[in-house]
Parts: sequence; C-alpha cells; structure tokens
Amino acid sequence: MSAHASDGTMNLKLIVWRQKGPNEPGKFETYEARNITPHHSFLEMMDVVNEDLIKEGKEPIVFDHDCREGICGMCSAVVNGVPHGGFKRTTLCQLHMRKFKDGDAIYIEPWRSRAFPIVKDLMVDRGALDKLIQAAGYISAHTGGVPDGNATPIGKRTADYAMDAAECIGCGACVAACPNGAAMLFAGAKISQYAELPQGQVEAPERVAAMINAMAENGFGNCTNHYECQAACPKGIDVKFIARMNREFVKALAQDKVGALAQSGK
Amino acid sequence: MILDGKAPTGKIQDSWDNYRFELKLVNPANKRKFKILVVGTGLAGASAAATLGELGYNVEAFCYQDSPRRAHSIAAQGGINAAKSYPNDGDSIYRLFYDTVKGGDFRAREADVWRLAQVSNNIIDQCVAQGVPFARDYAGYLDNRSFGGAQVSRTFYARGQTGQQLLLGAYSALSRQIKAGTVKMFPRTEMLDLVVVDGEAKGITIRDLKTGEIRVHVGDAVVLASGGYANVFYLSTNAMGCSVTAAWKAHKKGAFFANPCYTQIHPTCIPQAGDYQSKLTLMSESLRNDGRIWVPKKKEDLNKPANQIPEEDRDYYLERKYPSFGNLAPRDIASRAAKEQCDDGRGVGPGGRGVYLDFSTSIKRLGEDKIRERYGNLFEMYERITDENAYKQPMRIYPAPHYSMGGLWVDYNLMSNVPGLFVLGEANFSVHGANRLGASALMQGLADGYFVIPYTIGGYLAKTKPGKVKTDNPECVKSIADVKAEREKLLAINGKRTVTEFIRELGATMWEDVGMARSEKTLTDALKKIPSIREEFWQNVKVPGTGADTNQQLENAGRTADFLEFAELLTRDALHRNESCGGHFRVEHQYPDGEAKRDDENYCYSAAWEFKGVGKEPELHKEPLKFENVHLAVRSYK
Ligand code: FES
Repeated sequence: MSAHASDGTMNLKLIVWRQKGPNEPGKFETYEARNITPHHSFLEMMDVVNEDLIKEGKEPIVFDHDCREGICGMCSAVVNGVPHGGFKRTTLCQLHMRKFKDGDAIYIEPWRSRAFPIVKDLMVDRGALDKLIQAAGYISAHTGGVPDGNATPIGKRTADYAMDAAECIGCGACVAACPNGAAMLFAGAKISQYAELPQGQVEAPERVAAMINAMAENGFGNCTNHYECQAACPKGIDVKFIARMNREFVKALAQDKVGALAQSGK
Repeated sequence: MILDGKAPTGKIQDSWDNYRFELKLVNPANKRKFKILVVGTGLAGASAAATLGELGYNVEAFCYQDSPRRAHSIAAQGGINAAKSYPNDGDSIYRLFYDTVKGGDFRAREADVWRLAQVSNNIIDQCVAQGVPFARDYAGYLDNRSFGGAQVSRTFYARGQTGQQLLLGAYSALSRQIKAGTVKMFPRTEMLDLVVVDGEAKGITIRDLKTGEIRVHVGDAVVLASGGYANVFYLSTNAMGCSVTAAWKAHKKGAFFANPCYTQIHPTCIPQAGDYQSKLTLMSESLRNDGRIWVPKKKEDLNKPANQIPEEDRDYYLERKYPSFGNLAPRDIASRAAKEQCDDGRGVGPGGRGVYLDFSTSIKRLGEDKIRERYGNLFEMYERITDENAYKQPMRIYPAPHYSMGGLWVDYNLMSNVPGLFVLGEANFSVHGANRLGASALMQGLADGYFVIPYTIGGYLAKTKPGKVKTDNPECVKSIADVKAEREKLLAINGKRTVTEFIRELGATMWEDVGMARSEKTLTDALKKIPSIREEFWQNVKVPGTGADTNQQLENAGRTADFLEFAELLTRDALHRNESCGGHFRVEHQYPDGEAKRDDENYCYSAAWEFKGVGKEPELHKEPLKFENVHLAVRSYK
C-alpha cells in the first residue's frame, strides 16, 4: 500500500455509498484511489477513481459538484461521518488531500436527512431548501421604482451583520449534520439578514412566520440546541442567527402576525 | 449579408429613453397568455425570469444545477460597476460608457454600451432594495473601490462575494415569483435543442437530468442566458458544468455566433499545480488594488524565497510599462505581460508559470488587519489551495481562461437573427467588444435581465399571437427524436477513452494554439487537430450507463461533443480576424512594445457566423461598427 509514500503520493481505500435510485436499496462498496498527490482536491481524487471505474466498464460514482471553489453549494458528501469532511470553513471541493495520509480508509456517504431524498449514490435532492426561500425568504421589491441606494444609510455594523448571515451557500450541511434534520441555521441566517436591514424589516414578522411554517411542511425537524449545524457549516454561519430567528418569531407573535398568516391559509 | 444591429440613431444620451418610448407594449391583461422560456438562472436568467414574471408573463425557467441559486455568476468575487459617482471623483454615465467602449478595444456597438452604463445605476438601487448587503462606510453609505481599466472608484462590492450576493438577490426575486405562480422552475434540466417553427424560436428540448426524460417545452419566446464557453479550454475558472451547449444548439438551428475568438484570459488566477487538475481558481482582480505584481530580474533568483530578493532585483513590470495604470492595467494587457515574463524564463513556482502578487507594501502601509478586512476570504482560499500564507509571502498568480466576450449575435433588442430567440448576459456578444473590464459582467447580466429584456421582449410579443405552437408540432417531434438519437449514439460507441480524456486533449490544444497568443501557424495547426480529435471522439469515447437516469458522463459527453464542434468555429474566427484587438492577440499584429495592433480599416466589424454543417466552412456575416461618440483611437494605458 505505501509503496508510493516515498514520492509523496498516496493510495487510499474509499468506502462509498452506492444507490441506484431514490427507491432502491443502497450499500457500501470499496474502491482504491491510487497515486493521489497531496495537491489533489478531494473531488479530483474522486475523479481519478471514477476514471478507473469507467475504464473497468463500471458505472462511476455520482456526486454533485460544480464551481469547485466553495461558493455554489453544490458539492455535498459526508466524509468519515462529517459533512464536507469537517475541516474548518471548507467545502468538500476545497478540501485537499494533504489532509489525508497514505493508506487511510475514507468513508463517503450522501447527506442523510428526511428532507433530502437520495437521487443516486451521493447525490441528493435539496429542493426543500428552495421551498423555504419561496415561502418568504425575500424582500418583496418589484423591479424598478426603488429609491437611490444611498437614500437610507445603513450602519457598517448592520451591513456586516447582514453579510455574515448572507454568506450561506445553501449546501445543506447544517441539515445533514443535525440529529433532527432541522434547517434552522439556513432559515435563521436568511431571516436575520433581512430582519437586520431596514429594507427587510417591513415584512419581518410575516417572513419568520411563513418560513417556520414551511420548515415543518417540508420535512425539516426542530432545533434542540445541538449546534452540530454551526460546526459543520463550511461558511462559519453562527448559531446566533437561530436565536435571532426565535426572537423575531416572538416579536411576530406579539404583533399577532402569526395567527393572521395561519388564517390567510399560509 | 450586412447585419443590422437596429441601434437607434440620434443623440446617444437620449437613445434608450426614446427607443423605450417607441417600443410596442403588451396589454397587461394579455401578458399572462404569453409563455416565455428562460434557459439559465445566473444573474441574467434569474433577473429576467423574475422581472418577466412580475410583469405578468407566464415564465418557465430551466437550469442544470439542483437549484437556481447555484449558477456560476455566484463565483464572481470582485464587484459590480455603476456610474453613481458617489466618491465624487469625476465619474459619469458618459465616462463608464467611454471606458467600456475603449476597454473593449472598439469592437462593441456604442448604443448598447450606452444603455448599459445608463441602467447601471438602477441596478445598484434595485439590489439594495432586495437586501443585498453591499459594503458600507461608517456613515452608512455605499462603499466603492477601483478596478482594472478605470481611474475612478465605481465598483460596488459585498466582501469578496459580490456575485453570490447579487445572484442570491435575483434568486430571491425569482423565488418570490415561483411562489406567486408566474414562474415555473425546472432545476436539473439541460437544454439540448432549440425548436424553430416557421423561422421563429418557439420551444426548447430538454433532458431531465434525474430521470433522463427528453421532452419539449413550447413557448412564445425563448430567452437564452446560458453563460459563456471558456471551458472550451478545459482548464478555466468556469464551473465544471458550464458549456456552450445551449448556445451551440441554437447556433445549429440558425442563430449566428458572433466574435467567438474574443475570449478573456484573467490575469489573477492560482497557477496550475498538476495534470490531474480539474479547474483553475480565480483570485479577484480587486487584489491588484493593493498587491504589486513582480518577477525577479535575475534568473538566478528564481529559486530563492521571495522575501530574500532585494527590492532592486525585482521587476515590477506593470508599474514600469504602464506608469499611469500600473497594476490596474486592463485584463488582457496584464495577462499577456505575465505570459511574456514567463516565456522569458522569469516565471516563478512549479513549471515557471507564475508571477508574484505581493502585498507586503500595502501591509506595511495599512496594516495586516486592513488587508485582512478587504481580502481575508481570498487569502484564506489561496492558502487552502496552495498551503501558502500570503500575508507572509507573495501569492503566485497566472492567467487563466475566464470569460467569453463573444456569443450569439443579438440586435439592440437582445434578439438574435432568429425571431423570438433572445440572448442575455455572457451568452450574447453585445457590450464588451474584444475585452471586458473588471466588474462589468455582473453589471451586464443584471442590466439585460432587470432593465432591458422586460421592455424589448414586449416589442416582439406585441406582434405575435400567443400559443401558436403546440408540443405535437412536427418540429417538436423531430427535435425530440434528434436529441434522443444523439444520446443513443453517444452511449453506443463504447470505445476506449473517457470523455474527460477528450475534453482535456481539446483544451490543451486550444490553450496552446488558440490561447493568449495566436498566430496563423498555430491557428492553422489547430484547425487540423480539432477535427481529428472530434472524429476520434465519435469512434472511441466510452460513455458508461444508460440514458434512463442520472448519468453525469452522458451529460459531459454531450457538452464535449458540442465543444469539439464549437472549437473549430472559435479558431476559424481567430484566423479570419487578421488583427489584434483586446483579448484576441495575433502575434503578427503588435506594436514594438508588444501592444495589440488593431486594423480598423479592415476589421471594424462584428463577425457573425452562420452554421453550414459540422466541419463545413461557416458563412461570415458582418455588422459594421460605427464610432460616433468615442473617437476610434489606439487604446493606451500608459
Ligand atoms: S462544488 Fe461549488 S461549493 Fe463545492
């Protein structure tokens, strides 16, 4: 196994979840990744394995990926039990093989959560996250007819806070990491971003009520303060945004906005 | 054929306002009877779909990713330009217009560029209203920075993730319309054909990437916002799924492809580390605001750590050659200058393909904290990839393919020569000429989607009847059959080489022969190599699995097949354009100091190519370019 260790390349054992389709049973298969350098990214290592599989006449491992630079939120796999592999502020596509050593065994699985059905192998359906945004994760600004961008000064601290929340890439690692399959960090970040900005405050009560509702409707669980989400988040989104969401919800209750929404059938 | 861009005449300052007034309107009650198909959900597509939905049109939107929020606009880092002139530093709509025409090396249509500059200010206001958290100063006002090719500060930004924030803004507006029921979203679908009925674009054939189903969607107009084709070089800063496929399929159905040879090589990317590499990562050009670019003067210093090379032995070549723009010289110039240094044997890092981008002067002047605040995430990204700390040692950078200025030909309405087919954003050829300035891509995508197409598409729809074509139309049936046949053919070859091997081979050829420096010889060589790679591909590619479910190899095979045809057109265009301009550099045409030498007498036109069959000579149509507001001049950044 370690014949290559002297020239810095590695051989690794991959134990990968294979599943043909959403309703098929899945199982682990073992593969070898050969001649991997420390500079390979994790996904490039997977490419090497896939090229081998194709040449052997087998079906390559299906996995989501696109930008390969940590911003699109497409890549998504649980590596050795942790979403994205568990390195600080690192998506799977940004993880480099220098973090592993020759002979390592690596377990690779899809996001597992009630709200994310498996499509194939490591690919899951994260449409439920889109549904949360569709519920009310926006400011209802029609195109055109808006005031000058500088009409309302926004303090630097406010802008920075909103940006901290807005950095979420929507990958769903928080949901995958949560024992309850909750999307509180995802929703909390969006709710906080808009609740903090003057432009978003007008609709804040309706927004929080509708998004909390949508979480239940789309198969997400509840928060019981494990904070696994924050640990798994490749963008370092802070759990303080969940607390903010809860505060916004209480405010909405106080303004009787939640009941009104329920009545309007939302 | 001489093409007419339908640009309004008269005073340019009033051109868009007057034109808008003249455009036909669709009665509000009739709008929902019209169905518009929007392909791609990046800045252009998402903003178009959202805005058309708000207006009451019946919109269907398509993207290949699992969510519209992931389109590659999301990766744009640096910023978005607008002519707000908030810093009071002499900016104006006219100056943004002027800079863009000049930056594009006088190869764009003036009226289109004017319109872009004019609506740029509305974009900023719109995004602020949507809750885009732009950077602010302590008084709460929007902050600006300067960017390559400009001497004013007009770039708005949201940390190093401006594209992400703007896209999430457009995605939120799109999501609102999805909920309102005006937009129906089809993620994980890929457009594989354009349906043209009686000469007009009336539908698209798509493959559902989850189930493999191939079906037609019909509509009254098709809006292509499918991005650029930089992945024809294989290694580029584009996402893995970016391809020319949607545009190429439209081209094969009659849409002219304009100026494909105008490709942008971005100067500040992380150099390639090995052969296995799947993509290159861009470091925002905004880094050039505070970083100084240099290489060692002496070759014997190449292996020394950078900080042991004394100041006097460093060549800050951009500052030396372009004293007034210095490290902020436009992208094409900065890229070529880096290549020159490396060709000259003074490149640093593995393979000698890199130059230093050094922050030590700025860190001394402003402190590490300020630099961290401005570029923290970029430094982090750099370290993750290279394992090097750029606060302590200079970054290494090298140019990489990044953006395509060329694209489907469109008139002033953003409509292609195929009536009913509109093309937005990077997929069209319109405003950047032969070179795009930094922070202008985001501006164009959102201008096209929020503020141009909502008006101009009305002019077309007002003259048509809704619902003319049904899915049982013979053209639809034929399109489905063709797309299916192509998939089956790919699956049946069962050869020996993988799809990746072919796209790598094509990419290497394109980079070597049709990359940063092109000559008649390299282009002629490429025109021999490309068809032979393509032929081998169709005999020897191995695509595993079936077409009946998720099959990423099949997806890539289709995209590669299209790149293999498109590459030939790009190369032909580069060979035909016997001048240098912007990102198109023909080594035969340069000034003694290495600057691109245009030939306005013979090439002051846009080249729009008509498809005549695979491997067959395409037909050239010209759209002459007139410069009435910006004086045609040698582009100088000295
Ligand atoms: S592939 Fe885009 S974040 Fe990993």
